[in-house]
Amino acid sequence: MADPMRIRAQAAGDKVTVRVLMSHEMETGQRKDAAGKTVPAWFIQEVTAAHNSKPVLSAEWGPGVSKNPFLQFVVKGAKAGDKIAVTWKDNKGDTRTDEATVT
Amino acid sequence: MQTRRETIQQSMVVAGLLASAGFPQFAHAAFNKNGFDAKSVQDAVKAYGGGNIAESKDVTVTGPDIAENGAVVPLGASTSLSGVKQLLVLVEKNPSALIAMFHVSDAVDANFLTRAKMGQSSDVYAVAIMADGKALFAKKEVKVTLGGCGG
Amino acid sequence: MKHSISVLLAAGLMTLSQSSLAQKTASQSIDEYRAMLQDGNPADLFEAKGEGLWTQKRGPKNASLEKCDLGKGPGVFKGAFVELPKYFADTGRVQDLESRLLTCMETLQGLNAAEIAKTPFGRGEQVNMTALATWVAAESKGMKFNLPQANQAEKTFYEVGKRLFFQRGGPHDFACASCHAEDGKRIRLQDLPNLTKNAGDGIGVAAWPAYRVSNGQMWGMQQRLNDCYRQQRFPYPGFASDATIALGVYLGVNSQGSASIAPAIKR
Repeated sequence: MADPMRIRAQAAGDKVTVRVLMSHEMETGQRKDAAGKTVPAWFIQEVTAAHNSKPVLSAEWGPGVSKNPFLQFVVKGAKAGDKIAVTWKDNKGDTRTDEATVT
Repeated sequence: MQTRRETIQQSMVVAGLLASAGFPQFAHAAFNKNGFDAKSVQDAVKAYGGGNIAESKDVTVTGPDIAENGAVVPLGASTSLSGVKQLLVLVEKNPSALIAMFHVSDAVDANFLTRAKMGQSSDVYAVAIMADGKALFAKKEVKVTLGGCGG
Repeated sequence: MKHSISVLLAAGLMTLSQSSLAQKTASQSIDEYRAMLQDGNPADLFEAKGEGLWTQKRGPKNASLEKCDLGKGPGVFKGAFVELPKYFADTGRVQDLESRLLTCMETLQGLNAAEIAKTPFGRGEQVNMTALATWVAAESKGMKFNLPQANQAEKTFYEVGKRLFFQRGGPHDFACASCHAEDGKRIRLQDLPNLTKNAGDGIGVAAWPAYRVSNGQMWGMQQRLNDCYRQQRFPYPGFASDATIALGVYLGVNSQGSASIAPAIKR
């Protein structure tokens, strides 16, 4: 099971800025290891998010996103106490969902 | 004060809800291989149904002027326009130009920030694709002092 | 005639002021880049992992680290980082953070300290060690360095550390001092702090553990020192060896009163 994400969700007015740190290698598939073997591509392909269980974000990522990815987005009409859940799915089919409460 | 662990809660219930929700409004949620294989900015945009890209003051790309290391370059894409369906972040000189594609829904601001790998100094693009396929972009040069794909 | 000259002058002045305003130095641009990365430091991921490991029952003794004494009493982690390295009566040694974590992992949890010390960074238990060190350091974030120098062993280690700092050797005849004993030096775009004196808040010992964006790795002080020795083409010092701890005492005492920013984010 992949390591948990760090999600911070802060309300200002009627918007919530969500900042996420994900734990993932994001291998491009172009790197060679010390033995000269190509390290296979392994990267997050889909990112989705939900606000109080309602889908609000959907994104497609490629291996060009940095290792241990950072994402920031702004949810409209959210407030303190609401739940924000973020899910990622990678090209190996592995997936992870973490949730945070808006402060 | 909440501990860090308390803030990080895995929610299998939510995961189940998301899976069953199916994202009816996000019909293109599956990974677009053509988009991410595209070598040029224009080809990547075409893969998402966008037309010829035109520069626009209503689209903004943010990033540093110089990145100390190409492995982690903060890049943002935003637009003040309404009716935008997708916002794309691209690095022109990367082996594959497309970094990320964000669906723009009513529930979020058309304003996204992430971090990209850059193999060398390059122009970086934010492209907004409208519902009718019109593609508008902003670009800026980001100088990279050390390649991000190696050590 | 007069009119055209004054127009030319005005145009000239305008161009001058515009170009000086528009010219951001490379240094300023790099500072901006670094500032952009502060919010959202992947070190947080390791911090969270370390926090979990502190309370998790592990090892042959199936025990947590919650009774570990980091110098302020068993289980006290807040403020411990900025007082290390220091002398510990139970081991009779001056120890730094990672050395002390190693002691606790062995005595409390029954894990094999010698094996962990031999494990390469980023593998096996070293991954957990780094995560723990990241979290413990984070629990002192913003606090000022205040290493004790009351005990004779602590004073001796300061002197040993100082001598090691200036000791030249290896095929390049380098010492730590070759890079870190003068003001205003740099390698490419990296400023090299003068570590023979108080380098200020968030510099030197005050900046490690840190997340290195260039390789996406979390590095504790032990790994930082190990890599310095690699760059000098010296043999690697042993993990948590007296030599590395003595250097930590020298650098830490020099930083007396400066604030720690660990865990930081670095190139």
